[in-house]
Amino acid sequence: MPGISSGSLSDIVFMLLFFFMVTTQLRSTEDMVTVKLPEASEVIKLERKDLASYINVGPPVKHLQSKYGTESRIQLNDSFKTVSDIRDFIAAERDAMSEGDRQFMTTVIKADQDVRMGIITDIKQELRRCSALKIMYQSRRASED
Amino acid sequence: MASKKTPAINSSSTADIAFLLLCYFLMTTTMGSQTGLQRRLPPMPDKNQKVEDQKVNKRNIIIVKINSQDRLIAGNELLDVSQLKDKIKQFLTNPAEDPTLPEKEMKDIEGFGQYAVSKGVISLQNDRGTSYRAYIAVQNELVKAINELRDEFSRANYGKGFDSLDEEKQDIVKKCIPQNISEAEPKNVSNK
Repeated sequence: MPGISSGSLSDIVFMLLFFFMVTTQLRSTEDMVTVKLPEASEVIKLERKDLASYINVGPPVKHLQSKYGTESRIQLNDSFKTVSDIRDFIAAERDAMSEGDRQFMTTVIKADQDVRMGIITDIKQELRRCSALKIMYQSRRASED
Repeated sequence: MASKKTPAINSSSTADIAFLLLCYFLMTTTMGSQTGLQRRLPPMPDKNQKVEDQKVNKRNIIIVKINSQDRLIAGNELLDVSQLKDKIKQFLTNPAEDPTLPEKEMKDIEGFGQYAVSKGVISLQNDRGTSYRAYIAVQNELVKAINELRDEFSRANYGKGFDSLDEEKQDIVKKCIPQNISEAEPKNVSNK
């Protein structure tokens, strides 16, 4: 019995490789806050991922807690920021988009489920001031009950 | 020189190389699509502009409050989150034409005709101490109530669920049953 030709093996693997290369999105920022998303059943998918900017809110990760404490913090890009920095962040994100896409910009609020609403309200007010009105509260799809 | 053939490169290791790359992309990939609840914030009122009190009839508004203990009050009634959906549905449909529930306005909807659209507005208020989890749970119930109403409407009029309608009809349904959730100016609902 002749052995199975393994010549096409590399082709198959390459095909898989291309699939993952195309679908992959390299994680551009390191999470500095731990976020356990709240659950919701009526969630909808984020339409244009490339037009989303993220605001992470939550307690700092374990190894940063000695430095920053356990109080909930806002993370924009790669560092801890305060509410007043959101304005610059939104402006920068907006500049990076093409003119026509700006109106579709979505700000995704990625907050831990145990965060108090005070900080979220501050963020929302700041976003209103920058007129970044389209927001999304990121949440997990709840398992059917 | 030409007579000496170069031996073919052994290609059996390309699979290994490709596997290595594959493993790399497998590790770094983030497949899960992001999901969440989408909202539109109201624009900031102009400073120079005088704040006009929006004359919303009292019967047309339901105030949903969450206090710092995550307790819920909807229309002066202490409720559990699970009861909120039915409360909202009753508020928006007002089947018995109750004078304390929102009035309806006949509107001419393009492509559908006359329909009595409810003027009800849901006003969501929270305390600074409310937990995000409770807030999302309430938001979710509000959306669920509206989604169910839309689904019922499309089943009654088009014979199928809202999700399986085409975009044009979905727009009609959305106009008939609007999603009026107002996240008003932050207030401290500090009732202990």
